[in-house]
Amino acid sequence: MPKITYIEHDGTKHEVDAEAGMTVMEAAVKNSVPGIEAECGGACACATCHVYVEEAWRKATGQPEEMEEDMLDFAFDVRDSSRLSCQIKVSDELDGLVVNVPEKQF
Amino acid sequence: MTGDVIKTDAVIIGAGPVGLFAVFELGLLDIKTHLIDILDKPGGQCAELYPEKPIYDIPAFPIITGQGLTDGLMEQIKPFDPVFHLQQRVDELKSDGDGGFHLTTDIGTQFETKVVIIAAGGGSFTPKRPPLGGIEDFEGTSVFYSVRRIDDFTDKTILIAGGGDSALDWALNLHPVAKRIILVHRREEFRAAPDSVNKMRALADAGELDFVIGQVMELHGKNGQLESAGIRAKDGEITRLECDTLLPFFGLTMKLGPVADWGLNLEENHIPVDTEKFETSISGIFAIGDINTYPGKLKLILSGFHEAALMARGAHQIVHPDSKLVFQYTTSSSSLQKKLGVK
Repeated sequence: MPKITYIEHDGTKHEVDAEAGMTVMEAAVKNSVPGIEAECGGACACATCHVYVEEAWRKATGQPEEMEEDMLDFAFDVRDSSRLSCQIKVSDELDGLVVNVPEKQF
Repeated sequence: MTGDVIKTDAVIIGAGPVGLFAVFELGLLDIKTHLIDILDKPGGQCAELYPEKPIYDIPAFPIITGQGLTDGLMEQIKPFDPVFHLQQRVDELKSDGDGGFHLTTDIGTQFETKVVIIAAGGGSFTPKRPPLGGIEDFEGTSVFYSVRRIDDFTDKTILIAGGGDSALDWALNLHPVAKRIILVHRREEFRAAPDSVNKMRALADAGELDFVIGQVMELHGKNGQLESAGIRAKDGEITRLECDTLLPFFGLTMKLGPVADWGLNLEENHIPVDTEKFETSISGIFAIGDINTYPGKLKLILSGFHEAALMARGAHQIVHPDSKLVFQYTTSSSSLQKKLGVK
């Protein structure tokens, strides 16, 4: 089972067991990780599951597609490492993934 | 609009899919409806958040878009002539002392109704507030989330933040009256009508408007008067831009809003209901769809449709207390078919 670590703005770490095929957002919601709101339920329509992917993992998680990039316009404090976690699919290759949760989701 | 009170059988708060289908179920039982919604179009989240996105769990539709579902429901409820009151939010809901209710919207439209159906989903759509330190001190004086009167912005130095249609439209519409428009967006590309983007770029090329790539990170000023904003560029450097007005356009979010003040029992922002009639703690006020809660609740559109059908029977007892309700199928009942205009 791939493990994902979410780091809150204050440094609190949450390591959760995810299943391949679910999204990084779903794994967070299922394990009650604070700071990932996912208001729209994963439709890439609200930008409230914004995360920063840890530098070492950016290549493995890839680049946002156009729709996601558009939605990131509605997120706060967007950086090069910004992704919407509902658009990152968990796979065995992502075992050990580390993402940072922004201070606020708007 | 103020002054005249609209009298009706039922007011439905929220014109999302469940509110729309409630018109159908109530209509079959001879209950006339008015709908109120904060958005400028019917469809709720389906129309606002995901009009083009497929939904896979509507019975008999292996795949349908949010807009497709909305269009189908609008067609289905046409025979019942519902009246829509859009771009309005119900601010006040009070008992009229006679078993009915009195409602007032934010722009003063008033209703007297026998029953109220709250189908408000996740709450009322409101503009997103950027989490900038101290922004609340500037709201209403220097920071605005909508434009009511263009003249109020005459000779202002306006920072417009965002890259969607609202940001572009207001940059173009306020440009003639403003002292200066500065449009701040985090990237070169826009998710907006290409025509508006082209017009904005032409103005920027002619030096009549400033387009800055970056993100607003700080606000500076005193006594509610904005004086400048710190804009972070791609390289991380923050530059201060002088401005006296900020219009942030970062889309909408859902907030429970005034529903919390109507004296209803609430459980974590949801309205508890019974599962026979989907009535709230106040007799005559029903709640259906995502906004309600009960043991086993699933936030699915199809569950909301089921709730609408049972709610209508509860509402019928109140609206037509003397008429006996006989259960009928639309396939075989000639009286229902007459109401639907198919006979």
